[in-house]
Amino acid sequence: MKHLISPLDLNKTEIDELIAIGNKMYENPKDYSSICQGKKIATLFYEPSTRTRLSFEAAMLNLGGNVLGFSSADSSSAAKGESVADTIRVISAYADIAAMRHPKEGAPMVASQHSSIPIINAGDGGHNHPTQTLTDLFTIKRLKGRLDNLTIGFCGDLKFGRTVHSLVQTLARYYTNIKFVFISPEELTIPSYLKKEVLEDNNIPFCEVRLLDDAIADLDILYMTRVQRERFFNEEDYVRLKDFYILTNAKLKSAKEDMLIMHPLPRVNEIATEVDEDPRAVYFKQAELGVYIRMALICRLLGLL
Amino acid sequence: MLNIGGLQDGIVLDHIVCGGAMAIYSYLELDKYDCTVAIIKNAKSKKMGTKDMLKIDGLADINLDVLGVLDPNITIDVIKNGVIIEKRKPLLPKEVTGIIKCQNPRCITSIEQGIKHKFKLVNETTGLYRCVYCEQAFKRRHG
Repeated sequence: MKHLISPLDLNKTEIDELIAIGNKMYENPKDYSSICQGKKIATLFYEPSTRTRLSFEAAMLNLGGNVLGFSSADSSSAAKGESVADTIRVISAYADIAAMRHPKEGAPMVASQHSSIPIINAGDGGHNHPTQTLTDLFTIKRLKGRLDNLTIGFCGDLKFGRTVHSLVQTLARYYTNIKFVFISPEELTIPSYLKKEVLEDNNIPFCEVRLLDDAIADLDILYMTRVQRERFFNEEDYVRLKDFYILTNAKLKSAKEDMLIMHPLPRVNEIATEVDEDPRAVYFKQAELGVYIRMALICRLLGLL
Repeated sequence: MLNIGGLQDGIVLDHIVCGGAMAIYSYLELDKYDCTVAIIKNAKSKKMGTKDMLKIDGLADINLDVLGVLDPNITIDVIKNGVIIEKRKPLLPKEVTGIIKCQNPRCITSIEQGIKHKFKLVNETTGLYRCVYCEQAFKRRHG
């Protein structure tokens, strides 16, 4: 049995296969509407989430399966002090597969060590979020037609953004001719270990710029993230810098006609709502596609496809 | 100048970064052995300026694996009949379980009962270890 704890648990062939299954499911959902009949997914969410939890639940329901679980630590036995190991031992007897979100980094890995059912990491603190990475890859492949030969700009909070780190690592490891452009204030630059160990050591080209305007014209994909006020050392810096990272129609004027604008959501104000009407804005489509790649993953981990 | 006599049979851990000897004494759990141990701090060193040393009397069966994790620049001298019969650098174990602790407060090891802290060697050249759970790099206090 296999779990999905880190995006790098999957090799390139496995990712490509999941994308292929996701495509089939997206195009012919009825063909898969009862494949998980009699199966249950446990969604173990120790902290709040809207998209990810509902996306897993929608995925299982689309496959004809059932859902059980909890949506905060307060409504689980964690509030009584139960360990992750004990919880998963019990849940293993109730469900066929589990998706776990936990504020502590590494919690899904602990669960996988004590589980007799497949565990999917649905986000562990600021660490990994592999199904968001799969969603991002699926979106790029579906809408761009390729995962190689791309210039990808990441904009906003690149220091703490786990979705950015995971996507950079996965693209860098498995796909060729990728160029990364990191657009962030100095306080929120991409961590040095990623630059050194993932990019420089593998001769993968990248550059860092401070302003979106300086980079947008070259990009095939612009991956926006939220700049969070609490990450800044002082309010002055936040006020000074935040507007540089708000995407507007005016900023998009110099972008390529076929550039994709992606965002893991939730969006606060970093993408002006006027951009939503632009055909290049695919972040809501991205959230929709997340359901299908999770359907593919559930079936794979259950050994059904 | 303080003089500490040479060993007849024993182990000398040399070239410990200044201030690191006590931590290494503790990690090796030398307090649990009956042998005599000399902790030498701030000794003069041509190579390092100043250094720490540990002299362990007797060839006790001490597990030295952890040394590579704590300070890979240490030199291990094994002495028998007053002669150095082996001089080597510590090995870098592929995995270290239950010896060093993850310092990341967001790591599951900070709250989960009964879990052993575990680190993996991820870069042999730099001797970098990462927690297997949260992937936080182990920061050496010394070395």
